[in-house]
Amino acid sequence: MMRIPKLIDRVDFGLMSPDEIRKVSVTKVITADTYDEDGYPIERGLMDSRLGVVDPGLRCRTCGSRAGDCPGHFGHVELARPVVHVGYIDSIYNCLRATCRKCGRILLQEPKLEEHRKWIVEMREAGQKWWEMTNKIVKSASTTEKCPYCGEKRVSLKLEKPTTFIEGKNRLTPSDIRERLERITGDDAVLLGINSKIARPEWMVLTALPVSPVTVRPSITLESGVRSEDDLTHKLVDIIRINQRLSENIEAGAPHLIVEDLWELLQYHVTTYFDNGISGIPPARHRSGRVLRTLAQRLRGKEGRFRGNLSGKRVDFSARTVVSPDPNISINEIGVPEHIARTLSVPIRATEHNIEELRNLIRRGPDIYPGANCMISPDSKRYDLRYADCEELAKTVEPGFIVERHMMDGDVVLFNRQPSLHRMSIMAHEVKVLPGRTFRLNLSVCPPYNADFDGDEMNVHAPQREEAQAEARILMKVQEQIISPRFGGPIIGGIQDHITGAYLLTRKDTLLTREQSQQLLATVGMFVDLPKSAVKEKGVEYWTGKQIFSMLFPKELNLSFKAKICENCARCLKEECEIDAYVVIRDGQLLHGVMDARSYKALDRCEVLDRIVKDYGTTAAREFLDRATKLSIAAAVMLGFTTSINDEDIPPEAKERINEVLDDAQEKVNKLINIYNAGELEPLPGRSLRETLEMRIMEVLAESRDRAGEIAEKYLGLDNHAVIMARTGARGSMLNLTQMAACVGQQSVRGERLSRGYRRRTLPHFKLGDLGAEARGFVSSSYKDGLKQLEFFFHAMGGREGLVDTAVRTAQSGYMQRRLINALQDLRVEYDGTVRDDRGAVVQFVYGEDGVDPAHSDNGKAVNVEKIIERVVGG
Amino acid sequence: MSVEFDARQHVLVPKHEILSKEKAREVLERYKISPHQLPFIMSSDPVVKAIDAKPGDILQVSRNSPTAGRAIVYKYVIEE
Repeated sequence: MMRIPKLIDRVDFGLMSPDEIRKVSVTKVITADTYDEDGYPIERGLMDSRLGVVDPGLRCRTCGSRAGDCPGHFGHVELARPVVHVGYIDSIYNCLRATCRKCGRILLQEPKLEEHRKWIVEMREAGQKWWEMTNKIVKSASTTEKCPYCGEKRVSLKLEKPTTFIEGKNRLTPSDIRERLERITGDDAVLLGINSKIARPEWMVLTALPVSPVTVRPSITLESGVRSEDDLTHKLVDIIRINQRLSENIEAGAPHLIVEDLWELLQYHVTTYFDNGISGIPPARHRSGRVLRTLAQRLRGKEGRFRGNLSGKRVDFSARTVVSPDPNISINEIGVPEHIARTLSVPIRATEHNIEELRNLIRRGPDIYPGANCMISPDSKRYDLRYADCEELAKTVEPGFIVERHMMDGDVVLFNRQPSLHRMSIMAHEVKVLPGRTFRLNLSVCPPYNADFDGDEMNVHAPQREEAQAEARILMKVQEQIISPRFGGPIIGGIQDHITGAYLLTRKDTLLTREQSQQLLATVGMFVDLPKSAVKEKGVEYWTGKQIFSMLFPKELNLSFKAKICENCARCLKEECEIDAYVVIRDGQLLHGVMDARSYKALDRCEVLDRIVKDYGTTAAREFLDRATKLSIAAAVMLGFTTSINDEDIPPEAKERINEVLDDAQEKVNKLINIYNAGELEPLPGRSLRETLEMRIMEVLAESRDRAGEIAEKYLGLDNHAVIMARTGARGSMLNLTQMAACVGQQSVRGERLSRGYRRRTLPHFKLGDLGAEARGFVSSSYKDGLKQLEFFFHAMGGREGLVDTAVRTAQSGYMQRRLINALQDLRVEYDGTVRDDRGAVVQFVYGEDGVDPAHSDNGKAVNVEKIIERVVGG
Repeated sequence: MSVEFDARQHVLVPKHEILSKEKAREVLERYKISPHQLPFIMSSDPVVKAIDAKPGDILQVSRNSPTAGRAIVYKYVIEE
């Protein structure tokens, strides 16, 4: 076990006393100058070599280390007059308000104070936030008019942001403030939220200013040899200059007014040294007019130390560009532009076996594509091929050298799209160098990344070591991520046209000639003999689409399930299904049914793909998916598929029937309203009369929309392309179609009919209190016919709610996810099946209480007995 | 409530048992852990009081689980 030399009992956060500042200081800084003419740091200047070194070659006069090893050391400036620290201005204000201006006691009776003290001690022992009492104490103390201890009357005190205090009519100088803070006793300070053992109130007014080590404000030497100082150094120069002038003036006995002015200027410089973004004062500027970036600016905000450098970092060996689709590459692959392939490199160790190859790469250099960027000799010397004679260097390569060659086909990279919400947001792909300037990805990997091609950009990271590459290959390759650990089913699969294409191909009446069949198989890369033709007509052989699609299945595949297009008839005809919705696969042959969303769509039930992954492994699944998607697209192209607004056309008689239904509903609604107005409506249990009416009306209108939809559906058969997409689950739903063809339906906000806008009505076009269908946002038009003006307005109201909901939901779920990740990040499953945290404490004795990894389960269950029986018995 | 309520009778409270010294050692050995690496349960917990467990005891809790049907968890009784 590791021995811990010292145990940290606790950490205190307090203020630095002036003495402490002097104690940590290695030198007093008195001159505002930095370097002399020879470029050496001036002693007692801002770049004093005791404050640390940044220039190579010099040694630190404090610790003796060279640049890089010396951590830097603090110095200090003795301020001629004290100055308020902006960061503590609110605490100072609280202290001054709550205490007597003469005796410095808190302006409350002693018993009361004692009570508060007790409470604070209690809270402290319980480890609770004891300082939260402060606000209450300050509030009540600052309203006391007369000091209960010395009888001094209070004088109104105002804080003029950022750093000035006005008492009555007089300005308080920082010296006055410091004096008053000094008078606060330790017992009283605790009540103001200050533990005086580690932070005396008067330390909030500075008498000595720490000068940061040069290592945090290094000066840069430009190519022209001109030195350029850091913003902090500039600010310190200002402070020291003014400080000097101030002390000179005081010594010379200058008039009060001048001293005050200089003092105020010193305050300004010290304030902006800490924070240059304070409202109420103009920000300090560089000579060029640029606003200085001082201490607070370094830490704060998106590009500050916390969010920019600690929570997030920039990395080497990465690239980012726009993504675009390529249906011809495998899901495992990624198309990388040549330019990126030339920039990203992979280190290869030279051996006897690859040395000639590597020599050739070096000869080609960094600019000709399959080349190399760098060479490292066994004694760790780097040779940059940009500035070297590649021909000569190639000769010096021996086994043991490392060559950083260009990225080439087959290299493994990590591919990522933000926001990285789940582990499938970063997957490993094999590089395929392609012309062009975009990353190319297979369409099937869009769902896990949630990517589309409307301008999305994605990142690539090139793992450098063999271990990293092997891990990426074995654990992170796309094919290993087909099953989502979220629900135990495929998250990678066919999308959109892949589904329609497969449906068109496997439909009952699809017959293909020999040429057609062979062409389809050729696009998939299968140059094999065709099976026996299924149909022979007038001497011509025909193959069914089912036969062609079956050639992609593993030979022993047995499955039967209901397709997506299944209408859930009361009595299932199974194999005799009229619309061919009952899928039967026997020994790798698709005997009945069609391929659609149920078979291999991403994020759906995905029966076929799911089975193949789980029974035949990820490689077989990848091959199946690559081929099935290509075949489907080729089939869709061959058989022809398109959709247009005409797909939503319905005949006039259908329109008439729909209008009848809608008029009927209108009438029913009016009848309901009349009954309600007559006071004869029977309230539903637990509802008011008004609520009952609303519910009844909503029911009637919803039903009318559904009936209008049904009528439209009757006229839109499975030969309609839009319907094919909706029914097979490729894209869109029947609801979308009926909204386009028949009737959009009721618009709602918060699940209720629209009711707000004007007093007792939605728009001034209606009578006060009109509860009728159209006055409350029922849209009887269809999208195709177009909405009436008022309907359009109501539609926008409903649409706005949807937008607001999504915005709010993403913000909320994002925050929740972050908190969960922070809470759970150290948990892991040990080899004994327990879940433990970083201390080894047990969180769960068996992972998930059943020890099942959902990514290797069958939709969350360890075993699916029915599936196994079907496979063994053969259905 | 005049009669002391027995938390063990509640439907949502799973069965808690005190493990004997040997059984407890077995459990610790099985997982190769020290008692403080087990989940804690306070001695002021109503169930702990009801079965009269003392700080330092190890309890076996058998709960119903939606995934496994029945799950067994061990807890270490700590002082309040």
